This record gives sequence, structure tokens and C-alpha cells, in this order.
Amino acid sequence: MKVTIWGCRGSLASPGPETVRFGGQTSCVTVHLSDGSLLILDAGTGIRPLGMALGHDHPKRIDIFITHLHTDHIEGLRFFDPIWDPSVELNVWGPPSPVRELRSRIAPYFAPPFFPVHLRNIPSHPAFRDAPTSTWRIGSAAITAQLIKHPGPTVGYRVEENGSALAYLPDHEPALGSDLSTVEAEWISGFALAAGAAVLLHDAQYTQEEYDERVGWGHSSTEDVVTFARRAGSRRLVLFHHDPLHSDEQLERILARANELRASGDADVELAREGMTFEL
Amino acid sequence: MAEAHTQRNLILILARDLASRLATPVFVVDHEGTLVYFNEAAEPVLGRTYAETGELRAGEWATEWTPTDDEGRLIPLEDLPLGVAFREGRASHLPFRIVGGDGVARAIEATAFPLLIREGEIVGAIAVFWERPAEETAKR
Repeated sequence: MKVTIWGCRGSLASPGPETVRFGGQTSCVTVHLSDGSLLILDAGTGIRPLGMALGHDHPKRIDIFITHLHTDHIEGLRFFDPIWDPSVELNVWGPPSPVRELRSRIAPYFAPPFFPVHLRNIPSHPAFRDAPTSTWRIGSAAITAQLIKHPGPTVGYRVEENGSALAYLPDHEPALGSDLSTVEAEWISGFALAAGAAVLLHDAQYTQEEYDERVGWGHSSTEDVVTFARRAGSRRLVLFHHDPLHSDEQLERILARANELRASGDADVELAREGMTFEL
Repeated sequence: MAEAHTQRNLILILARDLASRLATPVFVVDHEGTLVYFNEAAEPVLGRTYAETGELRAGEWATEWTPTDDEGRLIPLEDLPLGVAFREGRASHLPFRIVGGDGVARAIEATAFPLLIREGEIVGAIAVFWERPAEETAKR
């Protein structure tokens, strides 16, 4: 599979000269499978340039996997060109809620006063589906979604093809209430999704000092994400969901700190940036 | 290398995280009724530590502490608060007696509720419990 990052900024789109190297678009990642299927992880503002890049040659079936309904993960959906194409089969998967179906939770974003066009009038008539609780197949990939620690219903995804796995946990606070270095692995949120993944895209929004003042906000510190990747045995850790207040220079310092924390055998660490690709 | 590739349901992880920080005795079971955790506050009441018991299947923990009513009649699992929470998908409360792992008989009361993630889908249950005041126990 080929993985491309279209947006890796957290919370709020942050364009400008301070963020030009790693990018200001909010979360969006594509996964092109070997059978030609297109999977899209989250619909932050990064999905808008993706739609433009796909042009009229987009696949007839597109599956979008939403991790949760915070604005920075769905705000781009309305500006994703293929949703305006009635010939597209568009499936939107998302976290199951205990009480309301996905469609009714997303519908307010497609309605006045937030948007002029009602969801029922979107030409592609997207199908909204709760992510199943057990692994399912789309094209040549096996998809697993599991609830993870973040405020409100939130899932992470694992996409596996030909024995290689991508783990995507852009908003995740596994250290909330847990000592990640000592707790048994089966009691770590997100562990099964990330275990042995060739590439782990994981929340790394805060420095440790910032995290100490924002415990419970649903995001991870540099220290915690390095420990999480170590416990999960992930082979390549990509720091994701950059804080909108962090400049490129600050992100470089976070990467340097992550490399200081690495122990022998730990995953390689790098910063997510727009345009970054991986072949798995 | 990754450790074993299995993981508990997030709701159970959150329940254990919460219980581990409470001064109220808490007992957590999974979707099969297996005891997966009780907190430090529960240990003096149960007369054992979780490190000693580890996980216990429903049929095991339901008899481990010999639950009886105030007249000494054994209470079957399905009538204990956790049993009701599972069977009927609702909260349940009951005063009863147990014999702790330390051999001490205690009068307790427990409230249990199911962990429902969707209508009809129970991923576990929680019981909170406490020792009844001695004077109340003596009246019975």
C-alpha cells in the first residue's frame, strides 16, 4: 500500500510561514491499496487538496474513515470534490456512538447555520456506517477499528495488507490514568492497533511541559508517544497532529527530544509533514 | 518486539483506570462475567489482594467469598447484584454477607450496573460495595 499525508496539523488549520515545512492542513491521509482501492483516513482540511489532486479520475468507490467528529477531522468533507459527483459510491465510516447513528451526528455540519447545503442534497449521497467492532475487509486490506482514549467516541484504525500494517491514531491519550511504562500491554488503549505496525501515525501534540497542563484533553506528549511506540513494537513512529501553535522550529525540537528518548531497538522517529509518502 | 497482540475493551480500560484511583471498593468484570480487577480499597473487605486472586471466572468468584443473606442462605450468582446487572441489563443493589479470603465474615452491600455500549451490548459490569455499619448488621 502507498500512504500519503495530506494534512497532519491538529485542532485548527494553521497555514503561514511558520508552518510551511510541515504544513497547516488538518488531518487527512490516503492509503492506496495494491488492488486500486482508495482509503482516506479523516477528512480534515487536507482532504480538499486531495480532492483537487484526484480530479475527475477519482475511483468510483471511495471509503473515508473518520476517527471522531471533532471539527478538525471532518471539516474538509464538505469541500472534497468527489462528494459532489453523483456517480461516486462514497462510504463514510466512523466511531460508533452509544446512542446516535453516525449520519445524524454528522448531519449538523451539512446544514444551516453552519453550511448552506443539507446533507440530503449532497449529490453522492454518502453512506454513513459505524465502524464494525471486528476486523473487516475493504479491497485487498483488512481494516480494524477500536475505541481509544480521547474525549467522545473516538476510534483508531489499523490497515493491513500483505502482512504489513499501518496504524493511525491521530488523537489519542493512552497515558491518561495509566503508567505506559509499567501497565500490562493488554490494558493500554490502542495497543492492539499499533502492535508491530510498520508505520505508526500517532498523536504527539504536546511537549511534556504542555501536557502537564492539559491532562485529559485527549492528546499525547513526546515522552508518552515514544513509550507507547516502544510497548507496541511499532517499527516506524511518525509524530502526527502537530499543535497549531507549534512552528516548524518547535516541531524540530520535539523531534530532537523524541530521538533523545529513544532506546536501542525503538522505532525510527520522524515528523509527519504534508506530502510525505510511505510504501508498505 | 510487540508484546502479546491482544487488548481489553476500552470501556474496561477506563473502568479499571477509574477504579484504581477510588477509595471506594470496586469490582470489575468483563463481558463474560470474568473478574478482571478489584481495587486496593476492595482488598480489606474481600480479605485478599487482586495480585493473589488474579482473574476469576464468574462461577469462581461467585463462590470464592461465599455470599449469603443475613439468614445464612447462599446467594446464587444470578441473584447477586452483578448477576442481575448482566441478566437484566440494569442496576441492582443488595445487602448480603461474605467471608473474606482472610476468613473474616463481613456484612456488606453492593450496587452493580452493566457497562452498556449500545442497546443490548454489555462489555462488562462494575460493582461498588462497602461494609455495612456494625449496628445495622447487629439488628438483622
